Amino acid sequence: MWNFPLFPDQASSHASSIDALYFFEWAVAIFFSIVIGIAVVVLAVRYRSGSKVDRTNPPTHSQFMEAIWIAIPFVIGMVMFAWGAILFYDMYDPPGDALEVSVVGKQWMWYIQHAQGRAEINELHIPVGQAVKLTMTSQDVIHSFFVPAFRVKQDVLPGRYTSLWFQPTKPGRYHLFCAEYCGTNHSVMGGWVEVMEPAAYERWLTEGGSGPSMAEEGARLFLQHHCAGCHRDSVTVKAPRLEGVYGRPVPIQNGKDVSFVTADVAYIRDSILRPKSQVVAGYEPIMPSFEGQISETDLLKIIAYIKSLSGKEAVR
Amino acid sequence: MSAVAVEPRESVAVEENYLSDHTVKSWLLTTDHKRIGILYLISVTLFFLVGGAAASMMRFELMTPKGDLLGSPDVYNRLFTTHGVVMIFFFLVPSIPAVLGNFLIPLMIGARDLAFPILNLMSWYVYIIGGSIAIYILMFGGVDTGWTFYTPFSTMYSNTMVVHAAIAVFITGFSSILTGLNFIVTIHTMRAPGMSWFRLPLFVWAHYATSLIMVLGTPVLAIAVALIAVERGFGIGIFNPNLGGDPVLFQHLFWFYSHPAVYIMILPGMGVISEIIPCFARRPIFGYRFIAASSLAIAVIGFVVWGHHMFVSGQSMYAGMVFSMLSFLVAVPSAIKVFNWTSTMYKGSIRFDTPMLYALGFIGLFTIGGLTGMMLSTLAVDIHVHDTYFVVAHFHYIMVGGAVMAYLGGIHFWWPKITGRMYSELLGKLSALTVFIGFNLTFFPQFVLGYLGMPRRYFEYASEFQVLNVMSTAGASILAAGYALPLFYLLLSLRQPPTAGKNPWGATGLEWQVDSPPTTHNFDFTPRIDRAPYAYSPVAIEGFDGYSDHGSH
Repeated sequence: MWNFPLFPDQASSHASSIDALYFFEWAVAIFFSIVIGIAVVVLAVRYRSGSKVDRTNPPTHSQFMEAIWIAIPFVIGMVMFAWGAILFYDMYDPPGDALEVSVVGKQWMWYIQHAQGRAEINELHIPVGQAVKLTMTSQDVIHSFFVPAFRVKQDVLPGRYTSLWFQPTKPGRYHLFCAEYCGTNHSVMGGWVEVMEPAAYERWLTEGGSGPSMAEEGARLFLQHHCAGCHRDSVTVKAPRLEGVYGRPVPIQNGKDVSFVTADVAYIRDSILRPKSQVVAGYEPIMPSFEGQISETDLLKIIAYIKSLSGKEAVR
Repeated sequence: MSAVAVEPRESVAVEENYLSDHTVKSWLLTTDHKRIGILYLISVTLFFLVGGAAASMMRFELMTPKGDLLGSPDVYNRLFTTHGVVMIFFFLVPSIPAVLGNFLIPLMIGARDLAFPILNLMSWYVYIIGGSIAIYILMFGGVDTGWTFYTPFSTMYSNTMVVHAAIAVFITGFSSILTGLNFIVTIHTMRAPGMSWFRLPLFVWAHYATSLIMVLGTPVLAIAVALIAVERGFGIGIFNPNLGGDPVLFQHLFWFYSHPAVYIMILPGMGVISEIIPCFARRPIFGYRFIAASSLAIAVIGFVVWGHHMFVSGQSMYAGMVFSMLSFLVAVPSAIKVFNWTSTMYKGSIRFDTPMLYALGFIGLFTIGGLTGMMLSTLAVDIHVHDTYFVVAHFHYIMVGGAVMAYLGGIHFWWPKITGRMYSELLGKLSALTVFIGFNLTFFPQFVLGYLGMPRRYFEYASEFQVLNVMSTAGASILAAGYALPLFYLLLSLRQPPTAGKNPWGATGLEWQVDSPPTTHNFDFTPRIDRAPYAYSPVAIEGFDGYSDHGSH
């Protein structure tokens, strides 16, 4: 009860720049509230009924005044817009060396898996100073991944991937909340983000022995779901090879036209679940859909495996 | 404005007014806009009590971080859904338009009634049907989706009466559409001779803008909730990705109505304030044309800002930027109004009767609501405060601090016209002050809570948020007392004889030239209007008090 903060921790690289903008906006808000408040009080007292003041010819309009108070909020609004948009733009794309972490939200827990393989529930362990990129999806309804101390939030949607990145700057334990109402236990769908010293993080990753990485598990699933039968070994079925495909533009047959789509997580996901929607040019639409057959967590592992092939060139 | 053709007719007996017929049938079959206004007044007041009860129970639950008082999160989730659905669809949207708008628009423009009196009665019945379904839901299970009905939770995962709620909202929407349609046609076709567009009271301008939103926006809400019922009832994939749908599509449809709906709630309130301030400052309103035009500007721009509810929803970054910029544009017409109202006090002769106190409170709270709205329009800041108590605080400043203050100010202002009775001025002032203080104590701490990171719709919360929550709940109890007061003294005033007179505030509007309460037919003669509205003279009014010698020219 007596732990009574009025302002959240600043624990990510985004935090202080967003707070600076927020303070600027409060300064503007307080300034105008005071200006209007003082104007109202002064006018109310000075021109109260019965006071002995000049009331002749009260002005009823003034284009000059109107122009001023159209211009002022417009200019201030555009400054706030531009400042906010620039920060937003910076928050959009993660740096290239970001640590990849997968997140699956479901009623009412967060399932989080590190590329190295270690999985955790309602906790996220990350090293301080290292940019982290989350690739997130939901197994049921819309959730929202919210870490107030990092000033980041992103809705987590069923049926698609959204991503979020941040760079923690201060070791500590920070709240993780679900911010999008998701049903009965929405308010307890949360946990902690544990920002650790890099050495401690390395130790944490391998605690309890090292199991297979996400990509290794993905490779196993790749065989288990018979993906490899066509995409790796087959001589009879013509299917695109997946080495080096991740992050590259892929030619797509669109009637008579060929367009290009970047083979990102969303494209690979769609290609597994709705293979006939965007077929690689030169191939027949013969792949069956795996919709409903692979869990969200397994899909992320298969994608991690296909990503891990990106260093290798296709052998044709 | 003054109507030269209407002479005071002291001979009209008090019995011959629109309230004279006391039979139940005369009320349920009335097509008199004033009686329909009263029917709405009673109905929205009952719904306000229901929504307020839900809010009180939530605030008591939130005194402690653990879920204890209500026992189960399902109860809490039903409460905030009830609070939102009831307060928005059954109180705020109809409050000022259907009560004061219905009662006053014909009187203000010199008309006998609205253009379609039977349609007007039908809109009330449609509202009552929708409202009855809402009460039925409340008693037999409730809904736990929140008033926003986000998919696919509402269509596939909630085990509550979502389809019933969709039907209730769908039906009630038509009452809003009928009222809006009626106002638009009335304002276009039934203005008295000489009542040109720029002689219309700003209350009428505000309702014209509101009606445009009602007619153009409400059908989209109806479509959105109908699609929910279709997906939930028949499993047709529209929003659920497992059925090939898109959950974000719902958010676009929902906010396409529900952001403009915020302006349905606040624009009529701005109209009320534009009537009260010149009357109690006893001078013409400053910048009449700009205030009138800003109502239309808000209505128009309000239709293209819905995406600011979706900055973290997964919509594209560029869509976010466009919606952010457009949202800042809405700040401009809102600011125009606030500056013009403030300027209207310059060189006035200001009295501080109850309606004026509510109006001044409105300016303060709406200003804070508007400025915090700019923070929410800012992309990077919204990422952090979206779906937290910061948003809750902001929209309560607009909808409760703004719209409800204006509604109460309007009720106090026109109460002598509606009922013929004055109320206790002392208790009136006390209520305005109590509401203002209670409101700030309730909702200001929520800005701090929101930035700290407390998400909204939380049954349980982290213990460090408790002190601010206790403050908020304490403030809410003061606010509740402030709202209970008028209910008490306004009803009490009905025990007195109707002696308020035609024009107790000395106001210039046409509605103040007819009897209080007005006769069924409103005007004995068709009024002719020969001047602009708000023809008040601060020098003349001071003259009665003996200060006329102070003019320097």
